[in-house]
Amino acid sequence: MADIALAHADARRTAPLPGAVDRRIEKSAPLTRFVLRLPEESLTAAGAALGLDFTAPINRAVTSGDRTALRLGPDEWLVLAPATDAAIPGGLAAGLAGRLFSLVDVSHRQTGIRLAGPHAAAMINAVCPLDLGLAAFPVGMATRTIFAKADIVLWRTSPASFHLEIWRSFAPYVAALLHEIGREYPD
Amino acid sequence: MTQTYRLATGGLIDRSRTVPFTFDGKAMTGHAGDTLASALLANGVHLVGRSFKYHRPRGIVSAGAEEPNALVGVGRDEGHYTPNLRATQVELYHGLRAESQNRMPSLERDVGSITDRLWRFFPAGFYYKTFMWPKGAWTKFFEPRIRAIAGLGRSPAAPDAARYAQIYAHCDVLVIGAGPAGLSAALTAAETGARVIICDEQAQFGGALLAEPGKSAWLAEQRARLAGFANITMLPRTIAFGYFPHNMIGLAQDLTDHQGEASDDAPRGRLWQVRARQVITATGAIERPLVFPDNDRPGIMLADAARTYVERYAVKPGNRAVVFTAHDDAYRAAVSLHRAGVAIAAIVDLRESPAGPGLDAARTAGLPVRTHATIIGTEGNLRVAAVSVATIGETKSERIACDLVLMSGGFTPSVHLFSQSRGKLAFDPALDAFIPGTPAEPTIAAGAAAGCQSLEAAIASGRAAGLSATGQAVAAPVAETGAAGFLGEVPHGRDPASVRAFVDFQNDVTAKDITLALSEGFRSIEHVKRYTTTGMATDQGKTSNMNALGIVSKSLGVAIPSIGTTTFRMPYTPIPFGYFAGYARGELVEPVRETPIHAWAAEHGAVFEDVSLWKRARYFPRGAETMHDAVARECAAVRAGVGLFDASTLGKIEITGPDAAEFLNRMYVNAWTKLKPGRLRYGILLREDGFIIDDGVVGRIADDRFHVTTTTGGAARVLNMMEDYLQTEFTDLKVWLTSTTEQYAVIAVQGPRARAVIAPLVEDADISAAAMPHMSVVECRVAGVPARLFRVSFTGELGFEINVPADYGRAVWEAVAQAGQAHGIVPYGTETMHVLRAEKGYIIVGQETDGTATPDDVGLTWAIGKAKPDFVGKRALARTALASQTDRKQLVGLLTADPAEVLEEGAHLVADPAQAVPMTMLGHVTSSYWSAALNRSIALAMVRNGRARIGQTLHVPLPGRSVAVTLTDPVFYDPEGARLDG
Repeated sequence: MADIALAHADARRTAPLPGAVDRRIEKSAPLTRFVLRLPEESLTAAGAALGLDFTAPINRAVTSGDRTALRLGPDEWLVLAPATDAAIPGGLAAGLAGRLFSLVDVSHRQTGIRLAGPHAAAMINAVCPLDLGLAAFPVGMATRTIFAKADIVLWRTSPASFHLEIWRSFAPYVAALLHEIGREYPD
Repeated sequence: MTQTYRLATGGLIDRSRTVPFTFDGKAMTGHAGDTLASALLANGVHLVGRSFKYHRPRGIVSAGAEEPNALVGVGRDEGHYTPNLRATQVELYHGLRAESQNRMPSLERDVGSITDRLWRFFPAGFYYKTFMWPKGAWTKFFEPRIRAIAGLGRSPAAPDAARYAQIYAHCDVLVIGAGPAGLSAALTAAETGARVIICDEQAQFGGALLAEPGKSAWLAEQRARLAGFANITMLPRTIAFGYFPHNMIGLAQDLTDHQGEASDDAPRGRLWQVRARQVITATGAIERPLVFPDNDRPGIMLADAARTYVERYAVKPGNRAVVFTAHDDAYRAAVSLHRAGVAIAAIVDLRESPAGPGLDAARTAGLPVRTHATIIGTEGNLRVAAVSVATIGETKSERIACDLVLMSGGFTPSVHLFSQSRGKLAFDPALDAFIPGTPAEPTIAAGAAAGCQSLEAAIASGRAAGLSATGQAVAAPVAETGAAGFLGEVPHGRDPASVRAFVDFQNDVTAKDITLALSEGFRSIEHVKRYTTTGMATDQGKTSNMNALGIVSKSLGVAIPSIGTTTFRMPYTPIPFGYFAGYARGELVEPVRETPIHAWAAEHGAVFEDVSLWKRARYFPRGAETMHDAVARECAAVRAGVGLFDASTLGKIEITGPDAAEFLNRMYVNAWTKLKPGRLRYGILLREDGFIIDDGVVGRIADDRFHVTTTTGGAARVLNMMEDYLQTEFTDLKVWLTSTTEQYAVIAVQGPRARAVIAPLVEDADISAAAMPHMSVVECRVAGVPARLFRVSFTGELGFEINVPADYGRAVWEAVAQAGQAHGIVPYGTETMHVLRAEKGYIIVGQETDGTATPDDVGLTWAIGKAKPDFVGKRALARTALASQTDRKQLVGLLTADPAEVLEEGAHLVADPAQAVPMTMLGHVTSSYWSAALNRSIALAMVRNGRARIGQTLHVPLPGRSVAVTLTDPVFYDPEGARLDG
């Protein structure tokens, strides 16, 4: 399904999170997303192909231009790019010819939101058991975790802002829960 | 009522703020800074409740969390009502409404107190001994009545109107308790830069020092220092109620409870789940009552509590007091009350020759002290009126009138949390108390909780804990001599069978009850506890456990360490359920998963059903159609024309890598190696025990890429199982798994007209019967959207399933619906899907199977790749124990004699409906529907040796009748499968 390159402004798309959300939440535009699996021997070549450093540590985001890769495990990345970026599958196929890799399109599987504000970490910690202190979860850290009963990928983009990747059917739940939690917190 | 017992000066209350409240409807006032208990005492009210079993009048005993008697219901209405709150912990607020419990009609005149006069008939364990006959009388007669009489608070009659918050937090050091030890520990730890959380159940930090006016300057200084540390989080009004594994501590923080929950917009409280590198329990100590005859009358309270009411709340707990003690601390209380204007009628000391500064101060103040003396009885109904004092060993007693009795048997360190952490307790004979011994978690006890007696020792102990918790060297502890006090029943020289000396006030357990248990042969403290219920009330024996141990120890002549202590369990004090529910209420109790086509279905009148967390369209009624009518119409449309079905919830897993086919060979029963790209196969997944766990259609997209589908409910389970095998068993395989369940919307188009409907929408593929046979897949465009188009059928008709990226799901669905209009396309739901597949005998995992069905049981032996060396479950199927069974339940069809009779799913099948109960059950109905296509009912069933019984008649026993059924092949419709090609 690597050939999905329909314009993200396509009126025929239905947004996974159509409703109103908390004032501290910004819904992300449609993105191209891939789950990329790379064995050790493919890291360098894949990095050269996509312009991303796949040797960076686990649970860290690496960004190059509009492309970001979140390393979620020893051999697993979530690659995020603008919906218009159609070059990733071809680039990898060319750069990794003869080498092992796995690329699965999950652009529509999940959706992204940005939560920002001085209480963003506390709002997430209301139902997420991770230590979100800046020392333990610094800017650029990303991990798969839980948000109450939803599975999310949490990426800290600045001291007071987070990007959350949520499976689409769980997004209304996460958004509603964040709004409910947000009632306790001023901006 | 005016606050006649309020002192003119002193205390931490704000006299400029008068706070009105009611107790049992009576209007009273207190001041800001009061608890409900201190405000009641200021109004001269001691009587606040009736006891659990005997309905005896009870008064305020303590000034803290250990309170056994003063349990009240608080709240302005049922939605904000909380029962069983300790009046000693309830902060007073404007308009507080409190009511006493376990009394009828009133506290003063309570009909239940008849049990008090009959007390001899209600010994420990009476419910095991009496009321056991005649048979059935216990459950029908005695138990309901006993339950009505016994008990404490009532449940609120309306749902909790409050909101509750929750948060997870991490810290280097969590300090529980903000008394002198806790404050010192927190400050010492914070100096290193450590992240510190300090919590305390009270509104203000200070602990016992809040009742020490002489230490207010020191306390103010410590509080100011705390506020100066940005790395300290201070949580007042926060009870640490539970110590969970790996230093996870549960805290319940009162946010608006203490203000009466004025607005439901703000959460009432917040549950904290704190993961701490180090925990310091600076939880203080609890004073022990003395166990003497009739020691439970209102006006009899703990000595240090009485002192606290004087010093902290500026309340005189009475006018004329007798102090009964086995510990020096009570002398401090006596002097304090004396200065406040309470006449001290006598200080009765159990000890033969007490000495020390406390005693000296009492003598200097001219207070009458009687040593080697005891109280052998008390008088007074709703309030203590007199005590009888005797020299130990003598029978002659002196009656002393009083309205207040202070008692002190010494102090018990609060080791509840330490014990919850599985730390071993150690008995300190000098203290006659258990103190924290070997810890099981990174936890340190400090202050009185560790057995410290003096303020200096507590502060030093807190500081040492703070140093130790942050990995620093610790100086030697401050040496001090312990003061034990007294455990057990005091000597009183009276017939033990005729007096009641209460050990556990809340559960009405007396010393006699415990000796009775021992005389009946109970030895283990755990058994004595359960037989007598001592320590089993909501206070978990905070004031009673050590005295119970003392009685057991003396009666058996066994030292306390040899008896051991009972286990402390969370919560430390009862916590409202709402704290645990948190945000998970109403719409947020579970995620509600909706497909991209959900909104269309809702707009078209679909009735939804819950399938795991998903909402699925069950049927689409038109006008006034019933479900039966709608489903019959939808079924007919699919069989005769074409139907449209949202299958998006099906689980999907993308399996990639050069060894993908081999991985599937090992996981599924089927053979995959020869499956060509572009073809589909129906796969069956077993557990290791050979039983079916899931099924689904698998498509080979490329040599190294499979599109696997699972059941809706099995999606996560199957992926987890596969990942587990991949990572632990099949590490040699180069395979990766990715969930794509939500990547695709799946639009099923089923029926003889299916190809005609979608053909105009398909680009880049030839979907003719010749080019695209049943069970094939092609990547193409549908309605301009990239798609994986499956030709597959779960209806028995010609069918396609269009997988498109989810954002386009609705647009493609609408395009298909539009294109189908000319063909009379009908949207159908899961109910119709179930009927259509049942007509074809297709199983649903979890409906026909129940976790104990093999492939052969459900007629799927054909799917097993017999040449394969192995697959998950293969060995189990071959084991003699399974393979040799000859009467396993097998899938069959059922036809009722009366075609209009639709059987109940779950009904049993028997050979002889006249057989006496219990009947020999041969099987059960798994699916049962009205079949529009066959114009009669059909059912699937799992029946013992069912395939051999095909053609036979069995019976379904129902209330008052039975239904005859004929066993048939499970494929009712188009057994040749001719319709798959349209």
